[in-house]
Amino acid sequence: MSDFNLNSKSFYTALNSNKLIGSKCNKCGKLVSPQRSICPQCQSNDVEVVEFSGKGELAAFTVIFVPPTHMAEAGYSNKNPYCVGIVELEEGSRVTAQILDVDVQQPQNIKIGKPVTMTIIERGSEDEHHKYLAFK
Amino acid sequence: MTSKKLARGVAVVGAGMSKFGAFSDKTSRDLFVEAFQEMKSSVSKGLDTDKIEAFYLGNFSSDQFEKQAHLAPIVANWVGLSPIPSVRVEGACASSGIAIREAMLAIASGMYDVVLVGGLEKMTDLPINEVTEALATAADTQFEIPAGFTFPGFYAAMATSYLHEYDASPLAFAHVSIKNHENGALNNKAQFGQTIPQIMASKKARAVKKGRPEPTWQTEIDFLTDPRGNPNIAWPMTLFDCSPVSDGGVALLLVAEELADQFSDAPLFIIGSGQASDGALTERESLSYIPAAVKAAQSAYEMANLGPDNIDLAEVHDCFTIAEIMATEDLGFFQRGEGWKAVMSGKTARTGEHPINTSGGLKSKGHPVGASGAGQVVEIWKQLHGIAGERQVPNNPRIGLTHNVGGSGQTCVVHIFERRNNDE
Repeated sequence: MSDFNLNSKSFYTALNSNKLIGSKCNKCGKLVSPQRSICPQCQSNDVEVVEFSGKGELAAFTVIFVPPTHMAEAGYSNKNPYCVGIVELEEGSRVTAQILDVDVQQPQNIKIGKPVTMTIIERGSEDEHHKYLAFK
Repeated sequence: MTSKKLARGVAVVGAGMSKFGAFSDKTSRDLFVEAFQEMKSSVSKGLDTDKIEAFYLGNFSSDQFEKQAHLAPIVANWVGLSPIPSVRVEGACASSGIAIREAMLAIASGMYDVVLVGGLEKMTDLPINEVTEALATAADTQFEIPAGFTFPGFYAAMATSYLHEYDASPLAFAHVSIKNHENGALNNKAQFGQTIPQIMASKKARAVKKGRPEPTWQTEIDFLTDPRGNPNIAWPMTLFDCSPVSDGGVALLLVAEELADQFSDAPLFIIGSGQASDGALTERESLSYIPAAVKAAQSAYEMANLGPDNIDLAEVHDCFTIAEIMATEDLGFFQRGEGWKAVMSGKTARTGEHPINTSGGLKSKGHPVGASGAGQVVEIWKQLHGIAGERQVPNNPRIGLTHNVGGSGQTCVVHIFERRNNDE
C-alpha cells in the first residue's frame, strides 16, 4: 500500500516527499502519471498508486522567453529564459516539467530523445516556496 | 461506423463582424452591436429581428477579461432581443465554433427555426501578464501551468516535436507569417493591415527617426530570423509566429433549410460538422499533430460525404504558425510531414491548390479568442459569395471549411459550408 491516495492533489503531496507517483491498473497493467482513479486505457477502477522511477527521455520542449507571473517571480525573464518540456517516462507515461541543465541560450542544441532523470525543485516568491517536478 | 446526419438541414443566411483590433473606447457589447448590424445588412432578403428565437454566444472568458460573467443575456438585451433564450458557450479559443454547432443542433432538433450565433471577446483592457494568466486557465492548471508552460510554449513544444519528426525547416513558420500578413493587409477588418515588408519599412524608418542605426534586413526572412526585429517568445516560436491579443465581435444568422430561401439568395448550407476533445498535451497519441482535429475533420468529411480535395478554401486556427502547418495536415490537405513544404512552395497561397487563411488568419486578422471561430465563417461567407475584394479566391469557390481549436487541442470543431444559389 502506498502512502498516497489517488486524488489528483496527491501528486504534489508526493513531490513534497521527493517522490514521483502514478497509478497502475491491475486489470490491463497501464501505468500513468499523474495518477488516475479510472484507468485511461481500459476504464477499470481497480487501480493503485505506485512510485515511478523518475527516468525518461525528452519528448518535446520549448525555451520560454516571456514567462508567466509565477515564473517571473522565480527569477526568469527574456534575459534568463528557462526550458520546459514533456518527458516520456520509462513506464510509458508522459509528464510536463521544467528541464534543467540544458543550454537555454542555444535551444537548437537541445535534443529530443535526450535521457533525463527526475529532480525535485523549489520555486516561488520570496515568502512562499513550493516543490515542483523537474528533470535534468 | 456510419456517419450521423442532422434531422433537418441548417444554413447560414447572414454574417457580419466588427473590426478586430485593440479598442480602448469599446466594450464587448459595443463590438457585438457592430457585428450584429453588419450581419443584418448581409441578409440579402432582409431580416425581421423578431424572428430570432434563440442566441448562442461563444465567449471564452468575459468574466476574467471584463469582470462580466453571464454575458449572453446582457448582449442579447443590448441588441433588442430580450426575452429570447440566450446561452454562453465556452470552449476556450473554440468557443464560437462550438456555438455554431450548438445552434445548428438546436435548429436540427426542430426546437428553433431562426437562431443568432455570436462570437465575442474583449481582451485588451487587461495588462498583458493578466491576459496571459487568463488564457492559461484554458490549459490544465493543475499540472501543465505549474511546470512553467505558457500558450506559446505548448505550440512551441509541438513545433520541436514536428521539426524533429519530419526534419523540417523552421523557416516554414516564417512563411506562414509572411503569407497571412499579406492576406490580412487586404482585409479591412484585420488588426494588422500591413505586410511583413511594410512592417520592416516602418521599423527601419522609426530607427532612423530615433537616430539609431538602420537595420540591414533585405528580405522578410532576414527580418524574421533577427531576434532584434523578431524576438523569441517561446523558442522556436517568435513574436511573428504568435497571433495578437485582440478585441472583436462576430454575428451569424442560422436558419432551418426550408426557410433559407426566404432570407438569402445564396445560403451557405452546413453540410459537414465534427467536434472532438482530448486531454492535456501529455495525454495525446502524438505531439506532432492534434488528434482532436483529425477526428473532428473525419466526422465533418463523413457527414458531408466529401474529402479534402473537394474543399475550395479553408480558414484554419493559426493561433501560432506551427498550428497552421499541423492543421493543413490534420485536415488532409497534405500528407503528414508535407505541410511545412506546402507553405514554403506557395500551395496554401490565395492562388495555390489549397488556399488557407485568405482573411489573414488569426495571425494577422487578430484573435479575440471567443470570436475567432465565428470570424472564420465570415471569411468563408465573403469568399463563397465572391465579395472578398482584392483577396478573392479565383474560380467561383463553392465549398469552404473552418477549423477552430480550443486550448492546445483539447477541443476542435470543423465545419464545411456549401453555397447553394436559389436560381440553381
